[in-house]
Parts: sequence; C-alpha cells; structure tokens
Amino acid sequence: MSTATVAELTEVAAPEPFWTRQRRLGLGLIIFGGLAAVLFGALAPSEAARFTLSEDAEGAALSINGQFGAILFGVLTVAAGGVLFAGLAKRRQTLLLTLGILSFVLSFLCWQVAGKFLPLVDTSSGTLQLALPLILGALAGVLGERSGVVNVAIEGQFLMGAFAGALVGTMAGSVWAGLISAAVGGVIIAAILAVLAIRYLVDQVVVGMVLNLFALGITGFLYERLMQPDAAGYNTPPQMPTWSVPGLSDIPVIGPVLFQANLLVWVALLLVVVIHFGLTRTRWGLRTRAVGEHPTAADTVGVRVRGLRYMNVLLGGVVAGLGGAYFTLVATGSFSKNMTAGAGFIALAALIFGRYSPFGALGAALFFGFAQKLATYLSAVGSPVPSQFLNMLPYVATIIAVAGLVGRVRAPAADGLPYIKG
Amino acid sequence: MTVHQARNRRQEIPLKLELRGITKRFGDLVANDHIDLTVEPGEVHALLGENGAGKSTLMNQLYGLLQPDEGQIVVDDEPKVFRSPRDAIAAGIGMVHQHFMLVPVFTVAENIALGHEEVRGGPLGWLDRRRSRRDVIETSQRYGLPVDPDALIEDLPVGAQQRVEIVKALTRDVDLLILDEPTAVLTPQETEELLTVMRSLTDMGKSIVFITHKLKEVKSIADRITVIRRGKVVGTASPQTSEDELASLMVGRAVNLEVTKAPAEPGRNVLKISGLVVDDDRGTHAVQGLDVVVRAGEVLGIAGVQGNGQEELVEAIMGLRPVRAGTVELDNEDLSGMSTKQILRSGVGYIPEDRSHDGVVKEFTVAENLVLDMYDRAPYGNAFKLNPAKVAESATERIAQFDIRCQGPETAVGTLSGGNQQKVVVAREMSRPLRLFVASQPTRGVDVGSIEFIHGRIIHERDQGTAVLVVSSELDEVVGLADRVAVMYRGRILAVVSPDTPREEIGLLMAGITGGEEESK
Repeated sequence: MSTATVAELTEVAAPEPFWTRQRRLGLGLIIFGGLAAVLFGALAPSEAARFTLSEDAEGAALSINGQFGAILFGVLTVAAGGVLFAGLAKRRQTLLLTLGILSFVLSFLCWQVAGKFLPLVDTSSGTLQLALPLILGALAGVLGERSGVVNVAIEGQFLMGAFAGALVGTMAGSVWAGLISAAVGGVIIAAILAVLAIRYLVDQVVVGMVLNLFALGITGFLYERLMQPDAAGYNTPPQMPTWSVPGLSDIPVIGPVLFQANLLVWVALLLVVVIHFGLTRTRWGLRTRAVGEHPTAADTVGVRVRGLRYMNVLLGGVVAGLGGAYFTLVATGSFSKNMTAGAGFIALAALIFGRYSPFGALGAALFFGFAQKLATYLSAVGSPVPSQFLNMLPYVATIIAVAGLVGRVRAPAADGLPYIKG
Repeated sequence: MTVHQARNRRQEIPLKLELRGITKRFGDLVANDHIDLTVEPGEVHALLGENGAGKSTLMNQLYGLLQPDEGQIVVDDEPKVFRSPRDAIAAGIGMVHQHFMLVPVFTVAENIALGHEEVRGGPLGWLDRRRSRRDVIETSQRYGLPVDPDALIEDLPVGAQQRVEIVKALTRDVDLLILDEPTAVLTPQETEELLTVMRSLTDMGKSIVFITHKLKEVKSIADRITVIRRGKVVGTASPQTSEDELASLMVGRAVNLEVTKAPAEPGRNVLKISGLVVDDDRGTHAVQGLDVVVRAGEVLGIAGVQGNGQEELVEAIMGLRPVRAGTVELDNEDLSGMSTKQILRSGVGYIPEDRSHDGVVKEFTVAENLVLDMYDRAPYGNAFKLNPAKVAESATERIAQFDIRCQGPETAVGTLSGGNQQKVVVAREMSRPLRLFVASQPTRGVDVGSIEFIHGRIIHERDQGTAVLVVSSELDEVVGLADRVAVMYRGRILAVVSPDTPREEIGLLMAGITGGEEESK
C-alpha cells in the first residue's frame, strides 16, 4: 500500500468584516438603551409605577419607582447590546436580543406608568385577544407556504370570514353557524387562490393582492346594500360566549387570561400545537415540507404535489376564515367596511417574523398584539405621546421586526413557484 | 397498499422489460421515434447517446413522469400504463435522476422514507422514525452502500448523495434501476466504486439501465448497448465494439476524440490570483485562500469534483460574486471590486456554466444575443439607440464564422440546439479583443460536433496569445484542452500537474488524496 493521505485542510479564517449582524444589532441596542435610560429616565416622574394583578389600582401589585425603573431597564438594554457588540454571545444571540428589547419596552413602560398603574390581567388578555386573528392568519400562511404556495390573501380571507360570519350568524341566530360560515368564506378566497396559482400558474403575489381587493370590494358592496339598510336582520350576529374552566380559571393572571376565554382562543392555541406536530411528525407534514422545498423530488416518489398544495391552501382558508370570525363574532359585534384594516398583512409579517413555523408565528403574533394593546392603553391613560404616534406603534413594531431583527429568513425553497410536471 | 402487494408478488423474480415503438413528440420535435428496447433480467443495458438524443425523455416515460404518445411498455410480458412514478415503482422500476431528487434540508432517512413512509396507525399518519432509520440501515448494509440515516443531505458530498438515491430506490424493492448519467458528478475512483455497486446489484438479480454518453464506462460495465441518435435507435452493440465505432454510431459520422494542438508557448502572467477567499450562497467559504496563475498563450484546466468551489472561483473572477479576501489581478490590475461590465471590457471573455440562465437570453434573437456585451458601443449603437442594420450585418458574419446552425439572425436563441446556443455564446465572447478567456463547463449539454468546434476555437484563442482558464467537471475535457491541470479540492488548488499525468493520480487528487507522505517518512 502506498502511504497516500487525505489532504488535511485547515479552514481558512477569512477576515470577518467588522460590522457583523451581531455587532450591528448590539450597537442598535446600545443606542436605544442609552436613549431610554437618559430620555425616559429624565421624563419619568419619581413616582411608583404599579403593575397590578387585579383590574383596579388597589390589591397586589409589582411596584417600582418609575424613574429608577426607566433608567435601570435602559441600562440593562445597553448591557445586552454591549455583550452582543463585544461578541461575547456566541449562541445566545436571540436570547440577548429578546432580553434587550424587553428591557427597552419595560423602560418605556416605567416612564409611562409612573404615578399610574397597569393592570396585568387586562393587558395580557387584551394582548391575546388582539393577537388572535394574527395567530390564525399566520397559521393559514404557514399551511400554504410550507407547501410552496405564497398566500398574501390573508387579508381578503379575514374580510370574507368576518363578513360571512356576521351575515349567516345574524340570519341563523347562531354564533356557531356564523363560525362555520366564516370558515367557508375563507375557503372561497383560498379556492380561487389555489386554482389560479396551482392550476393556472398565475403569479401568486399578484393573485393574492387581487383577491384582497376583490374581498374588500364585494364585502363593502354587500355591506352597503344589505347590511346598512337592515342592520337588525343582517348585521347583529350573536357573540361568542366566554367560558371559564372551573378551578383553572382561579390561577392568578394565567387563569383569567387562558381559562376564562372564548372558544376561538383555545382553537387558535390548539392549532399552533397541532400544526407544529403535524408538520414535523406526520406523513402529511413530511410530504408538505417536501413539496414546499423540492416538488420534483416529491413527485418522483409518488407524492401528489398539486393535490397536497390544494389541500393545504384550502385548510389555510379554513383557519384564516376563523381568524376573520374574530372581528365580527368576538371583537365588535357587527361588520363594517374594511374592518380588518390590514390585520391580514400583519399576520403575513408575523408568519415571516416567526420563520414560517407555528410557534414562531404565535410568538410574533403575541408581540404585535402587545404593541396594539399598548397603544390603546397608553392613549387611555393620557400618555404625553400623541395618539397618532401610539397608533403607529404596531406598524412600526412590524417594520422593525421584519426588516431589522429577523435578518435573513429562509423561506421554503419552492415557495411561490408553480409546479410544472416534466 | 399497491407498492407492498407488488413487492410480495415479485420477490426474487427478476424483471424483464420491453419497450415497443415508444414515440414522444413535443410540438414538431419528435423526441422519441418508435423506440424498441428490451432489457433482460440481470443485465446492465447501456443507453448510449449524445446530449439531446432523447435518452432522458425515454426513461422519463418508463418512470411515469411523461406519457408516451404511441407505443407500449411491457413488464414481464404484461403491458403497463404508468401515469405517475408511483405506478412505475409499483411495477418494480426505480430511477436515479441526473439531478438528484433529494430535499436538501431533510435527513437521509426522511428523504428515503418520503412517499412510502412508515407510519403508526391513525388518520394523521404519525411517522415511525425508528422504523424508517432501521429500513435505511438494513438496505444500506444489504447492498453495501454506506449511508448515515441522520445526516442532512445538504451536508453530504455528491458521491454520498448518489448512494442515498440508490438506497432510496432499493428500499422500494425495485428490480430494474435506471441510472441517468450517474457518473457525471463523480471522481474517477467514485465512478469505479459505482460500477462495482452496479455489478453486485446485477449479481443479486437486478437489471440496470445505464444512461450515459461516456464510452469508456459503457465498455467496462455494459452487457448490451443500445445507441440512440436524434430520437431513434440507430443500432445495438456489444461491449467489445471499439470506442471509435461506438462514437461514430452515436454521432453518425467518424469523430476525432482527441483535441489536436501544438505545444503551448506561454508568455507573461496574465491572471494572477492570490489568497482568494469567496463565499457560497450559504455564507461559508467555498474558495479558501486559492492561488493560481494563468499565463498568456496557455490553457490552464481546473479539474475537480463539482462543488469544490469552482463555480464560486469563476464568479469571483467575473465580478459576479464578492471577493472576501485576496486579489484577482489581470496584468497587475486588481479586478476585485470592478463591475462585471468593466471586467468584460478590460479584455475578459466568459462562458458561464449555466448557459440557459447566464449565457443567453432565450427569447432574444441570435443577432441580439450576439451583441449583449456591445449593444451600446459603436458600431452596434450608442447610449441612446441601437443600429439594427449593423447588428444584423455582424450577426450574419459571425453565424457563418462560428458555424451557428440556425435559420438566420432573427431566429430566437431558445429554439436552437444546446450546441448552437453555446456557439452563440462563444461567438459573442470571442469577438472582443481578449487577454483572458474563462470557460466554465464549455461543452456541457453540447453535441459532439459542437464540442469539436468549441474546443478548436478555444485552442485557436490560446494560439493568439490569450490566457485561457477552463473549468470542467469532465476530466477528459480538462486533460484534452489543458497545458497545465490544476486540481481543485475544497476551495484550494491541491496541485498543478501536467495533462500527461496518469488519470488515477489526478483522480486521487480530486478526492483530496495526496501522495506526499512518502518523502517525509
């Protein structure tokens, strides 16, 4: 035998550019944290900021001096940023980033809440309620996009769901009939999307946008012609009842938030778990992911690519339609023109921010829900920040989240590409 | 489950396949014209033909991906209709595609299980991962094809991916395996290993259809050879037939397999690359501190298994991919940081690897494609307008000069054959005054006639004093064209050797094996 050897090649340490993503994020946190410590600290009155466990100002509460808290959490943000910037965080990047952002938010809250109180239960359950359609919408997106069909029509599915839910719910006098119709409404939009995208290979983003406009137009028209003249007959749907689980609902904070809620909350949370395990652990999930990543490979082993895509898009329609039901059967009690106001797009953002995974989508949706809840709370307690800016909060949070924090999200490889055999 | 029934029915009974009068048309083009083919049980049947002869089309029909317009597929004397690969697999036919059908982000076990997953009961079909893993290990041991069930496909080298593909087919209990150009991406040693595997599979009663255009491999492994030219069977041959005979059968005339060229007269250093580091799309270093020099009047060939950074190297030279570290100098002028347009205009010609995406605009005419580089320069036009008369005139000239077979300058390039499309690229890139010519896979998917022509033009360009860099995954091509052969392995040049070096030695280098230990001992 000759003494041939496999060439031992040491990896070349190419000069890393100084401004890595980690450094940039770190610097961002340092700047924002510093601003928070100085600005919020200076503006905050030196009074107690109370985070109460009950609904009113009395009772058990976590209390902290507003000025002290604003500065403390600002400094914490700077510290998290500093660790990131120094490159000390190897694998804990996400954790530190979350910590930094959380501290920043807390610093802001200490300033705003100083001398007042923030009811934790109300804030949490409000966050969950506001996040509800976003969770469902983002899950609809997960179903479609993991199988390779881009769904930007979530907004349209919401609107159709909301409208159908209100109309049928009122006419049948049953909230359950409304709920089912809402799902059907979502499926109608999903079916058009599926046929045009999968069968006729139309650009999926364009179809999605057109469907959004279609849903806006048709629900607006029917609202004006049908619902406005006879609101009692067509637009006063019964509301989803709030059920409480005996025993569990007595747990402080968690109890009233999770176990004293309407069915939709449980459905949404259950779906997160079901879809997560479905995607990772079942035959359906394996095939769905294969079709979204490499449809030709799936086809050559006998997986029906188009059939699976149809199924997933339609299932997504059901889920998004339920998300639409939230608007008329849970939140407001009646349909109004364009009432979803872009929630479908925020759900889309939550989907991407959540890296196309169900739990990621849940986290992102809660984040956006919190931003919305905060905006309402702050304008209610008379924040010095103008209300226009507060109302921008969820959208600004969306932009920062999607553009700044996510970085490069790896979408399924065949996302948005029609499958043509041969 | 139909697959499982079929599996039990035919266990250990070798499969006999007949194709009778298979015809497939795409518009006016007859891709397969009444093809008859019989594969006897336990034989390696080579399907030999040039690129575009219709081999893959034929096999895609056999595998259920396409349906024949006419003709019959007969398995064990029973006519079959395959509507999808599912039907083909059920009938005992498996296929390893030229471009692997593996999901890169899945594990080996997941890829192998896909489509016939082991599941525990229930409507959802809960995956039984343990059984999937066990099946993979069992099959891989039974046929002597080592694969790691838990590895991610994207982390595996091509040779290992190919083993996964073969195991994937074998777990489906197929009796006839179609291998579509399986050696295109392998080193000579890996090719040897594959041939051994093929032999042991036929010993176990499997039949193999081996699609290729490489004559040496056909001669060493095939029991019978069917030659296809332009969609028709033009003959059958035995492995004793000489390479020249096979080649002329395949091409339809006598061909010269050797590249004829005078010894090179190398001059100054034209291209000098030092310490080059380039990232691939995933952000890892695909080229890791590479040094190489190409001199005027010589062809430097880069040999190596695909995916060792050749693509990234070429793209970095052409300014298509950022240089992370190191320098790329053309006559002492640093190219890194220049735009591709500037690089082209400073005297660099370029044949990109992926012709249909990067070489031509398929919807454009031949004439338009020929001026893609110079459309805004005299005489073809200026910053504001084209001069169509000049464009057409020069196109007519170059069509004749470069033997581009087309109806005229106004023909859309997409309608031409691969070889003629490539000649359009060559004609365009060789029409500027050049100092350096970079050719990446210059004859991939090109017919033999065009290969001869393109090789001739490359040598001609060398003789004009241009420095030429040829990158090819076909070792024959590199050795035939090059005056010096640089073997690339994991982002670096492992050695620069003479083209007369024995194949085995180059092959070992391509696998990263150096014989340098002996002196140190």
